[in-house]
Amino acid sequence: MPQPWLPLPVSGQNLCQDAAFKDGIWDCFRAFYVHKFRAVLGKNRLIFPGEKVLLAWSGGPSSSSMVWQVLEGLSQDSAKRLRFVPGVVYVDEGAACGRSREDRAKTLTDVRQILQTLGFPWHIVTLEEVFALPPSVLRCSAQDPVGTVGTYKVAVDSFLQQQRTLAAEGLRGSPSSAQGEEQPSQPCTQDSQDPVGPPPAAQTEALSQLFNSVKTLTAKEELLQTLRTHLILHVARTHGYSKVMTGDSCTRLAIKLMTCLALGRGAFLAWDTGFSDERHGDVVVVRPMREHTLKEVAFYNRLFAVPSVFTPAVDTKASEKASIHRLMEGFLLRLQAQFPSTVSTVYRTSEKLVKAPRDGCAAGPRCLLCMCSLDVDSADSATAFGAQTQDFSQTPPPTPRAKAGAPAGPCCAAGLGGAPNCWQGTRPCGREGSRARVLEHLCYACRVTMKDVPCLDPLPPYILVEAQLRSQRPSAEIQEHLVENSDDEAPASGSGARGPPEQEGKEARAARDCINKNFFN
Amino acid sequence: MAAPLSVEVEFGGGAELLFDGVKKHQVTLPGQEEPWVIRDLLVWIKKNLLKERPELFIQGDSVRPGILVLINDADWELLGELDYQLQDQDSILFISTLHGG
Repeated sequence: MPQPWLPLPVSGQNLCQDAAFKDGIWDCFRAFYVHKFRAVLGKNRLIFPGEKVLLAWSGGPSSSSMVWQVLEGLSQDSAKRLRFVPGVVYVDEGAACGRSREDRAKTLTDVRQILQTLGFPWHIVTLEEVFALPPSVLRCSAQDPVGTVGTYKVAVDSFLQQQRTLAAEGLRGSPSSAQGEEQPSQPCTQDSQDPVGPPPAAQTEALSQLFNSVKTLTAKEELLQTLRTHLILHVARTHGYSKVMTGDSCTRLAIKLMTCLALGRGAFLAWDTGFSDERHGDVVVVRPMREHTLKEVAFYNRLFAVPSVFTPAVDTKASEKASIHRLMEGFLLRLQAQFPSTVSTVYRTSEKLVKAPRDGCAAGPRCLLCMCSLDVDSADSATAFGAQTQDFSQTPPPTPRAKAGAPAGPCCAAGLGGAPNCWQGTRPCGREGSRARVLEHLCYACRVTMKDVPCLDPLPPYILVEAQLRSQRPSAEIQEHLVENSDDEAPASGSGARGPPEQEGKEARAARDCINKNFFN
Repeated sequence: MAAPLSVEVEFGGGAELLFDGVKKHQVTLPGQEEPWVIRDLLVWIKKNLLKERPELFIQGDSVRPGILVLINDADWELLGELDYQLQDQDSILFISTLHGG
């Protein structure tokens, strides 16, 4: 009989050499597993007592395990009890994966069954709801200060004091009644959200078309992730959640780190893989499962019967080379099989990433889709980097006047010597102006993703509207150089640019006059 | 000559998609010269149970990295992996931790 320890690659340590092979070992494992979850939360001290936290549950093993940990954590005796107020959100992505209504309905039945046993408020949303999102979801709200260690300690102390007072006053009938703002332990469904019926067929169709038009699986996965993030963000904001917990495990984060590097998101690794992600300002994404490997999660779920719902995704049954995500996964897992410290090494590296200090949302423009700071320097138009990112914007080479190289503006700048409508007819989608208008607000990685989306019109309206709004608020620098152009018409020389009537606001007119003055004097 | 064996083979985490969606299979392995080991079982599964895309489940003579194997709820790494000798009424569970099923 071999020595009874579990080969857990994360810590590289042997768990429990004295425990009996089958019985004691699992108690030890369970204690360690739960301890890790609590330690990650406790160490980072970001979740304040009584705070509303939204758990993003995909039905998969990691997020199911996370939800289970929260459930167990809330029901423990008061000293060790988790102190925040959870809710659960489940996003039905069947439309993007081409699932039939019947399959989706069946999955939702299973999902509801599990949600009802949890006792937290839950929110089931369909991906089709992105068509109803407001453009404000893409704007970073004023940042809520996360608080220092001192603030956290003060908050916890005052919370405990409050509990002691309530106990002393004899109000503690059951552990749950002394929770103050916390949810009572009986099912609280008045706050829950569940679609009454399937989403409108037109929206499902529109979403299907959008995803079918995407040329590569990599871009599909990225687009899906983006839309899902926006949707969850919206749910969180609407219902007052200040934190969102996602179930990314150590293994997944290691894969994500490598994938992000390959996708050109190297600048944002700290946010994409760190414990907390504050890019949205008022809603912070945290990843409490980041110290658990997928193997541990799978074992735990199996041994302690954690319910989960397997849902086919866009990449189910995809071959290994179908997308960058699959490739990286295969690469890392194969390496891990030979060298069991691979995943933990990559993961530990991600822990060392430090976020560059930011003054808050106001500092610099943000990517329209991923909401990270824009890393594309518009002055770079003459460099190879600039040339790559301008492949689809085709701005003319910088002239002495346009010294910043109008960032991805429509190119037919009358007066700059460019041929009118230089790329008309080369693309299936005729609205080059609107495409460029979206692309100029994207970071490098998102632009690369959008390269695989031939026509941006099927994107949900909130993205297109926000892009338009941002284009109409040019910065002082851009005002000098940007020439607003009509989507369809060839700009007549000398008359300046003319946007479609509905775009003309006071600001736009002022910008246009300024441009006309500068260019055509 | 090893006697025929009866084992339960189970798939989870999405791996069942490759087996017509059926999670549990009660399997009777025929008697053969050498005792049955996991390596032989995988070959047998590939030939008799796997409905599609063998490369998503099996790689070489082992399972694809990312697929966990539990024998009687214990990690197969502790039991010798491919060389573990199957006993009658054993339960072998394959859990996929991969995204792609």
